[in-house]
Amino acid sequence: MNRPGRPQGGGSRQGGGSGLGSGNGPGGGGGQGGGSRQGGTRRSGEKAPDSERLRQLMMAEVDEEISPEARAELESELAADPDLPGKLETFRQLKEVTGTMTPIKPPREMWDGYWEDIYRRMERGIGWALASLGAVVVGSWALWNAVTSLIADSELPVLVRWSLLALLTGVMVLFVSVLRERLFMRKRENSYKDVIR
Amino acid sequence: MHSRVYSQWEPLIENSQMRHDPTWNSAEAADRALVIRARNGERTAFGKLVTRHMHRAYYTALGLVGNHDDALDLSQDAFARAFRARATIDPERPFFPWLYQIIRRLCFNHVRDRRSRRQKVTEAQSWLADATMGRRPPNPAVASERAELRERVARAIERLPGREREVLVLREFQEMRYREIAEVLDIPAGTVMSRLYRARRSLARELAPYLATAPEDGSPSSGKGGHNE
Repeated sequence: MNRPGRPQGGGSRQGGGSGLGSGNGPGGGGGQGGGSRQGGTRRSGEKAPDSERLRQLMMAEVDEEISPEARAELESELAADPDLPGKLETFRQLKEVTGTMTPIKPPREMWDGYWEDIYRRMERGIGWALASLGAVVVGSWALWNAVTSLIADSELPVLVRWSLLALLTGVMVLFVSVLRERLFMRKRENSYKDVIR
Repeated sequence: MHSRVYSQWEPLIENSQMRHDPTWNSAEAADRALVIRARNGERTAFGKLVTRHMHRAYYTALGLVGNHDDALDLSQDAFARAFRARATIDPERPFFPWLYQIIRRLCFNHVRDRRSRRQKVTEAQSWLADATMGRRPPNPAVASERAELRERVARAIERLPGREREVLVLREFQEMRYREIAEVLDIPAGTVMSRLYRARRSLARELAPYLATAPEDGSPSSGKGGHNE
């Protein structure tokens, strides 16, 4: 099935087979119990396989990435556990259901303008960064000059001068605090991986 | 920390084995040449990289956020950020897994913010279509049933935890193999399968009325069943 979203030509290497290729796949190295049993229920004292491994075997089977050795092991487990075939069948049905669905294709024009939109973003990003930097420098300089000239004005009441100093200090403290918070948040977002639980 | 179960997979996805793999195909060789040029600030080369990977980036984002406009915006933002961070791209490694890390971070943050604002994805059903459409015209009843099922599937996927959803999306809608997913996510292939299992188990529960053999609990074993990650 050729669905939208399927990598076209630029996919990753397959490197000679699936993730369940012979040798390293489930069952490839003999497995963790039950690998040599050929059918029949599990004998008394026989070790049940790791449930995580069984899950992996089922997924590999459903997705057709299972190696022959792993399939033999799974078949052995299917014969040993009467509940297992039904559960595997559920996953097969689910796979069949999702297999009938595909992401909706966007209009063709979207792709025509895709790179141009990114290019504009990149250009505007530089523009915004330069404009912001310039505004901060010029604004700070103007503010500093205005405040220092007001403070230097001997006719200005002392209370107003001290208030101006407090205002300036407060603005600087707020600016540093916001800057530190933004930098901290960025650091946290970079290390953030999977917060959605 | 990975359990003993996973350790047997690690040689399969060992990056050092793949990095100098002689089976590098021509598409990746072309990517490599473009990455080298893009690293030097050549926007034309980066534009070609975008064109080569935009479909994959968009559809991946679509699967993660379930909304066309957001997927378009986030995938384009990811490319813009990728260009700004171009100095950190390793030309010896495939480009898309590197880009994917940016896409997933943006998408997960977006979904987290959306949830924190208590916004629902009202158009969750709108990102999935019927892949069998056009082969034979379904009667109205069947079409309606399929539409309902698509909506249920889309909503069920949207409710999955991020790590499970991304594995399911990459497998089902990008049709990537376990090994490719493991490489993109930088996790063992065994972990890919375990996450896929949990995602499908949740989906099976949600879609039980549509599955003839859906189990009560969806689990294959009453064993330990822990999240060994």
